[in-house]
Amino acid sequence: MTTSAFVPLRDPRRARALAEALSRLTSRIGRDPVSVMHVCGSHEQAIARYGLRATFPRALDVIMGPGCPVCVTDLPEVDEAVALASSGVRIATYGDMLRVPGTASSLAEAQAEGATIDVVYSVSQAVELARTSSEPLVFFASGFETTAVATAAALLGEPPDNFSVLSAHKYIPPVMEIVAEMPGNRVEGFLAAGHAATITGWGVFEPFVVRHGIPVVVAGFEPLDILAGLVRLLELVLEGRAEVSNMYPRCVTHEGNRRAQDTLWRVFRPAGGNWRGIAHVPSGNLRLRDEFAHADARRRFSIDLTSLWGHAPSPLVAQCLCGEIMAGTASPAGCALFGRACTPDAPVGACMVSSEGTCHIWHQYGGRPFLGGDS
Amino acid sequence: MCLGVPGRVIAVEGDVATVDFWGVRKTVRLDVVDEPVAPGDYVLNHVGFAIRRIPASDIQATLALYEELLAAEDERDPMAADVAGELRGGGGGRP
Ligand code: SF4
Repeated sequence: MTTSAFVPLRDPRRARALAEALSRLTSRIGRDPVSVMHVCGSHEQAIARYGLRATFPRALDVIMGPGCPVCVTDLPEVDEAVALASSGVRIATYGDMLRVPGTASSLAEAQAEGATIDVVYSVSQAVELARTSSEPLVFFASGFETTAVATAAALLGEPPDNFSVLSAHKYIPPVMEIVAEMPGNRVEGFLAAGHAATITGWGVFEPFVVRHGIPVVVAGFEPLDILAGLVRLLELVLEGRAEVSNMYPRCVTHEGNRRAQDTLWRVFRPAGGNWRGIAHVPSGNLRLRDEFAHADARRRFSIDLTSLWGHAPSPLVAQCLCGEIMAGTASPAGCALFGRACTPDAPVGACMVSSEGTCHIWHQYGGRPFLGGDS
Repeated sequence: MCLGVPGRVIAVEGDVATVDFWGVRKTVRLDVVDEPVAPGDYVLNHVGFAIRRIPASDIQATLALYEELLAAEDERDPMAADVAGELRGGGGGRP
């Protein structure tokens, strides 16, 4: 195994010791529940895959916030892609975007009706596809800053003229502010995603902890990374210390990856916009700068959304709790449709579509990974 | 999509590296990584782009950090001593 250097980061003995530390810290804090939030689908996947929730003390509530970029992609953004595809423009996008419901339909439904849509795993692949013909190709780009860096690098790499980008990219730090200010929110600390912080640096969270008086711990994605990150977070909560702690030093520095930041901000600018189910997030969207107008699908095509608005959304959609789940005020177990009317094969909400959505992850790993008990 | 997957660099040619991810070889672009990357290094990959070079020695440093964390916790709580002891006794010999 060439990647064996990472095996110790899954060592069950260390994991057990860290889980026991979590129990002691939770009971010492003495509140029930102690709620902390992570904002990353990869954290939720690792928590589910390695069964970590079963090792959390009962009184510790680890909530997945708005950490799924596909889930927070707003309806009009999906509609723009569907309208472009339906008007005959070839679209390339990440697989998770295909079945996200728009107002009237998803890209998958547009595809079934004859639109040309290619699933890619990297923006580089979309650029290659554009090179194979002279027809316009629009890359429908979703993802947080880490993914946006790749899109930016591709645009700086002189893609062909027929290549353009429909950006639904989002920027995480501003949404943490929104969640922290939500009425009824009980979040006492945030676990920040290690790879986003690899780009931005952990310093990006310093103003946040000062403003909100809540600690932030940057953590990686191996089981021990997550457990150790939570232990550190609970220590800070216990001691009432609102500071940033970096538990992922093998990747994250204070100032982050400058080269990647330069790439990101040369191409994108922050803009306010809606995150589905959450709120309007000032500076939460990444849009192309004017210098890249030639590669901005929103400026190259006139996108007509009115054709989509004659259709009523499915009545089930009104019951979807995705927004509440991402804000940390509900869990999939509280949704009457979960696992019944809403499954990965027939998803009602975006949280069930994306492999990073809370509902999808809970469904994939056996329904309700809250195994409870005081283990 | 949001996966930061580490892999080991096999070869580098210009701005592109061949990287081994748990037995699967893929090409990864080096446009945005901020340090020179050489065969034998680990890189953190995100949607086909390396975003960070990880020296193999850093993995050991990470483990040391976690043990420190437990040791500090253990000083505050004598009941944790046995757990920390078990950790120190059995933690070092794994591959
Ligand atoms: S189970 Fe389906 S309907 Fe319910 S909150 Fe999740 S995505 Fe929405």
